Amino acid sequence: MADETRKIAFICSKGNLDMAYPALVMGWAALGNGIDVTIFFTFWGMDMINKDRVDHLEIPPLANASMKMNMMGVPGYLGIPQIAGVIPGMTAFATALMNSKMKKLEVPTVREYLQMLVDAGAKLYACKMSVDMFGLKKEDFIEGVQDIVTAGDFMDMTDGAQIIFI
Amino acid sequence: MATRTIAGKTVQVNDEGFLTVPGEWTKEIAIEVAKEEGIAELSANHWKIIEFSRQDASASGKSPTLRRITTGTGISTKDLFALFPKGPAKKVARIAGLGKPEGCV
Repeated sequence: MADETRKIAFICSKGNLDMAYPALVMGWAALGNGIDVTIFFTFWGMDMINKDRVDHLEIPPLANASMKMNMMGVPGYLGIPQIAGVIPGMTAFATALMNSKMKKLEVPTVREYLQMLVDAGAKLYACKMSVDMFGLKKEDFIEGVQDIVTAGDFMDMTDGAQIIFI
Repeated sequence: MATRTIAGKTVQVNDEGFLTVPGEWTKEIAIEVAKEEGIAELSANHWKIIEFSRQDASASGKSPTLRRITTGTGISTKDLFALFPKGPAKKVARIAGLGKPEGCV
């Protein structure tokens, strides 16, 4: 075990902005520690590698019980009324807020992060079934996505890896 | 706290082998530790990264993250991972006589 390189595989199934970051942060840390990284994008997670969607990931405040007004500087843990979440522009507002907080922390954008991961040796794959379902092609994906693979292929290529589903 | 003799100098190290007193670091130590990490020879770009990391750590009190190193030195992610293969985060810190990078990016 000691001689063998540790391997981690992430399955990204969500396209919301907040759910895009976990695999990116952990994948980057893994690569920095010499761990082999594979990321498999499926369902809504494919927005992360979709050229036209990656720069427009959003976080809706609706039905998000953890998103409190203290993110906007209101003291305490006052919630955002659910009814407010349906007001047009609220999702854009929450997204802009999260993006600006990330920027302040010098966290790269999703597109930039993926490029860093690819440059550091991560292997990215899109899920065949989702690709067919959404009617996408390899050209629709950002550079660095190596292939469109089946669930079976994924099992073969992650032999011995620790798998994290997001 | 454990001590270790590297390149003829006795230095303090923690249980993971990182130097704990940055001032005890010397270039000879860097060369020796690099060999242990599988880097036979330190090139100009290796030194650029080591020196930037040491300066940044002494200014901020924190060992720089990889992203900080690439933006600070202008060396690309690809090159950084080629210069310090298989885990640059710990390798750079170890060779530069610093602690593990603090921060996630």
